[in-house]
Amino acid sequence: MFDPGLLNYWIIMILMMTGLYTVIAKGNLIKKIIGLGIFQVSVIMFFVSMGKVRGGTAPIAGEGFEVFSNPVPHVLMLTAIVVAVATLAFALALVVRIKEEYDTIEEDEIRELEAGEEG
Amino acid sequence: MNVSTAIGLAVIWPLFGGILVLLLRKRPNLREAASLTTAATQFILIATTILPVVRSGGRPVLDIVEILPGLSLSFEVEPLGMLFALVASGLWIVTTLYSIGYMRGHHEKNQTRFYFFFALAITGAVGVSFAGNVFTLFVFYEAITLSTFPLVTHHGTEEAKKAGRMYLGILIGTSIAFLFLAMVWTYVVAGTTDFRSGGILAGKLSDGNLMLLLALYAFGTGKAALMPFHRWLPAAMVAPTPVSALLHAVAVVKAGVFTIMKVSVYIFGPDLLTSTGASTWLIWVAAATIIIAGCIAIQKDNLKARLAYSTISQLSYIVLGAALATQWGIMGGSMHIVMHAFGKITLFFCAGAILVGAHKSEVSQMDGLGRKMPFTFLAFLIGSLSIIGLPPMGGSWSKWFLMLGAADAGQLMMIGVLMVGSLLSIAYLMPVVARGFFRPAPIEDSSHGEEEAHGEGEGGIREAPFFCVLPPVLTAIGCIILFFSAQGIYELLSGIG
Amino acid sequence: MHDSGLSISSHLPAFQIAVPLLSAVICVLIRKARAAWLLATTVAWAAFAGACVLLNRVILHGTISYEQGGWTPPWGIELRIDLFNALVLIIVTGICAVVISASLTSLSMEVPEKKHNLFYAAFLLCMTGLAGMTITGDVFNIFVFLEISSLSSYALISQGATRRALTSSIQYLVMGTIGGTLLLLGIGMLYMVTGTLNIVDMADQLAMVGPNRTVLVALACVTVGTSIKLAVFPLHIWLPNAYTYAPAIVTAFLAATATKVAFYVLARFIFSIFGVELAFEQLHLDRVLMPLAIVAMFAGSIVAIYQTDIKRMLAYSSVAQIGYMLLGLSMASVTGLTGGIVHLFNHALMKSGLFLVMACVLYRVGSTHIDAMRGLGKRMPFTMAAFVIAGLSMIGVPLTVGFVSKWYLVSAAMESGQWPVAVLILLSSLLAVVYIWRVVEVAYFQEAPEDAPEVKKAPIGLLVPVWTLVFAIIFFGIFTSLSAGVAGDAARMLLGAGS
Repeated sequence: MFDPGLLNYWIIMILMMTGLYTVIAKGNLIKKIIGLGIFQVSVIMFFVSMGKVRGGTAPIAGEGFEVFSNPVPHVLMLTAIVVAVATLAFALALVVRIKEEYDTIEEDEIRELEAGEEG
Repeated sequence: MNVSTAIGLAVIWPLFGGILVLLLRKRPNLREAASLTTAATQFILIATTILPVVRSGGRPVLDIVEILPGLSLSFEVEPLGMLFALVASGLWIVTTLYSIGYMRGHHEKNQTRFYFFFALAITGAVGVSFAGNVFTLFVFYEAITLSTFPLVTHHGTEEAKKAGRMYLGILIGTSIAFLFLAMVWTYVVAGTTDFRSGGILAGKLSDGNLMLLLALYAFGTGKAALMPFHRWLPAAMVAPTPVSALLHAVAVVKAGVFTIMKVSVYIFGPDLLTSTGASTWLIWVAAATIIIAGCIAIQKDNLKARLAYSTISQLSYIVLGAALATQWGIMGGSMHIVMHAFGKITLFFCAGAILVGAHKSEVSQMDGLGRKMPFTFLAFLIGSLSIIGLPPMGGSWSKWFLMLGAADAGQLMMIGVLMVGSLLSIAYLMPVVARGFFRPAPIEDSSHGEEEAHGEGEGGIREAPFFCVLPPVLTAIGCIILFFSAQGIYELLSGIG
Repeated sequence: MHDSGLSISSHLPAFQIAVPLLSAVICVLIRKARAAWLLATTVAWAAFAGACVLLNRVILHGTISYEQGGWTPPWGIELRIDLFNALVLIIVTGICAVVISASLTSLSMEVPEKKHNLFYAAFLLCMTGLAGMTITGDVFNIFVFLEISSLSSYALISQGATRRALTSSIQYLVMGTIGGTLLLLGIGMLYMVTGTLNIVDMADQLAMVGPNRTVLVALACVTVGTSIKLAVFPLHIWLPNAYTYAPAIVTAFLAATATKVAFYVLARFIFSIFGVELAFEQLHLDRVLMPLAIVAMFAGSIVAIYQTDIKRMLAYSSVAQIGYMLLGLSMASVTGLTGGIVHLFNHALMKSGLFLVMACVLYRVGSTHIDAMRGLGKRMPFTMAAFVIAGLSMIGVPLTVGFVSKWYLVSAAMESGQWPVAVLILLSSLLAVVYIWRVVEVAYFQEAPEDAPEVKKAPIGLLVPVWTLVFAIIFFGIFTSLSAGVAGDAARMLLGAGS
């Protein structure tokens, strides 16, 4: 079952599930966002490791460069990282606003406050 | 005028009338004049341009638009639809007259809304009668339901709201759950939903499926008030009486039975129904409805409720005719659409006139009223006789043909059912007349008398306003005329199929 | 754009994305609320006109392939417009144009004037993202545009008047990001298998590779990822809050477009990339999607019946309606898929119409609670009449668009012999009668409370957009060649491509 050649995927999977668990299990919004970040990073690492060829070099057309890594996934991840950063920034901004309005960033407490509003 | 144009015009004419009513909302006299004129011109339009063509065997067609491939909004006038359109638009005139008397005599609110939606309902009824395929019929069928909803809930009371909920719940519910399904099924199987002579389903479905499809159509047409989907009709009696009269005795319920009749003749085809026996079960359901509704009617003390159950019972005569699917059965059923319409509208008009004139709504309160309101009660008598089916009233012909049809189909039991049904109708209609004419008026206790005096001034009970009494007298005379002129209807209906 | 020899109209696909994107930036810069609105409205209507031209061109000349920067696909990034996404593009831009026209009046109630230019910028960005997702021919681009539209929609939702808008927004953000990331993961796996990102090329490669475990996992990731954005039951929990607490205008926009584009993406992946054979015959996607769709139809409608806030009620109704679309998709037949696509189109019209009505009510009465509707039938006659018509369409009354979708879905179920499904579709539409009629009854039969302030008719700036949509509801209920006709051709194309 365990193939050392697939080690990178195992790591990515563990990272991913760690992130997902954090998002679901933690009540603190900041911790949730951290979990979200881990989740995103795991996928980014998935792309990066996918493109890597063992012993490959950067894709330079010239003599002495015969085996090279696939640059496409790496380039794609530049965009994905930007997306992740933007999401993180926006989420943090929202948390700041929530802190101002509710005076807490614990999900349970917010839910209690909201239930009070409805009742 | 081109016949096709006339068809289109006939369908939207009441709609124009309705808009005119809205525009004239500030001036009641003009508004009512507009209603009346629209009704009269509508009838003349249909009778003078479309009727001659259909009588000479034509089937004028008007295609509006194709909505989906093979599914178009189109009209085709055949004898059955012609007859229904004539009845609906003809009785609309009388009812408008009556509404003027009733709504004013009864000081109803929101009269503009009333006349507007009334006109819309007529558009629906004429649209149903001219429909060239099931889809078009469905469109106008739903239009009737939606436009009569504000009429049923006219008073806006808690009771009216409840009735409205049941009305909409049953009519929309059955039509979406069953009729829609039946329509799609027909379309999927036959590739069209057009009404064609001899039907479109021959050889396309197994016997069991035919039966199921017929069930979907029969119960999907909630307006036909087949038991167990009949409860909306008594509930709808909270509406003002003109609504009960025209819509719940003529336009709405007749649209229902008309649908069943039309579907069995032009979608299934009588031959298919008789050869496969797919409609045998419907005969029994109709028979059960005739008897059960008749029995319930006897127990109702409220006159309008009694008439409502009588309607349920009588409607099933028509369904029975359709289900027998013999030539005479169809003839009798179709003719009963006209005969029952005239009879029942007379009865409802009278019930309303009694309410306006004497403020009585229960049968047990009607002792001796006949002497004070002779015209009303005479009209009621004639209407009752027509419903029961005695000569010289129109109703006798349709029952006669239905009997022939039952004999033709070998359903001898049904002859018995028809006879029991007539006996029941004697039992629930005659007491009203008998009480009115033969029982002495009760000696009113003082408190009650005061109340009466308060409402009516000196003299207490007397005949309702002229506009309330004239229409039932007219329709009662109509019942008698129909007896003698049934030949014309017979000839027209011979063109079915 | 070096090939200047071509006429400018051949760059129309690129304009669909570039113009709103640049205008969003300008909106940020100009700072004047009214000017920003004017710019945004103009751009939206221009995009709509462009979409119409594109659809026309696709109908006449077939699929349009636009090579961005002149690089030939599969190496370059392609914008690819066929019948399916041309129709979706029309809906996205059209609804955006109508809604943004209405926003001048409505927005001032909920968002402070000085933030308006930023609001319009986010609005345009959202439209850019949605339009981009729709017309791009590159799977990674789908992800990028998805995130553009998502991020801007989180921002739009958080602008709601109450503080609960903030929590709704972050709830959506968390779920949306998980969805987007899962989609990215799925795309990564597809790339591993096929070595390409171009949709057409990917489909070809995938057909050669055939099903293996990586493809299976990719399908799962893509389906779950888009399902979150699509709010497929039970992944819908972000939707009711987001729709309820967002500004009314934003709800009208997102309800009609965001979920629809997610549906488009799902259909595109399933039919154009994986193919019917792989997705349905070998991996049996329908066995997962159809039950979920049916449960959504009922659960959404039943929960909607018990809501006291009408915006929330309509939001749950959306969950149910998404079920219809998904049901059509999961039948994987021409009629079924046509039903799904045409319902996408029709539901966008109905739901944005209904939410715009709520914007009117909110503007005049200040609440969308059911008690606030009392007596509105008399006091806001045109607004409530619009509600009734759009509501009847939700029920599926003939001559409205709702009837057309239901017709296709029911006949698709019957054609494939799935009787119970046909019955269930109709039963669930009876539930729509209940929740729509509840509002109608309150509006028309209950008198307004004595102490209620005088309510004026809705402002013309809101009524015109509302009635534009109502008109469209009736128009496309009668003349269906544009909606159902195109949807049918699109369905045939999608299914043809798969086999």
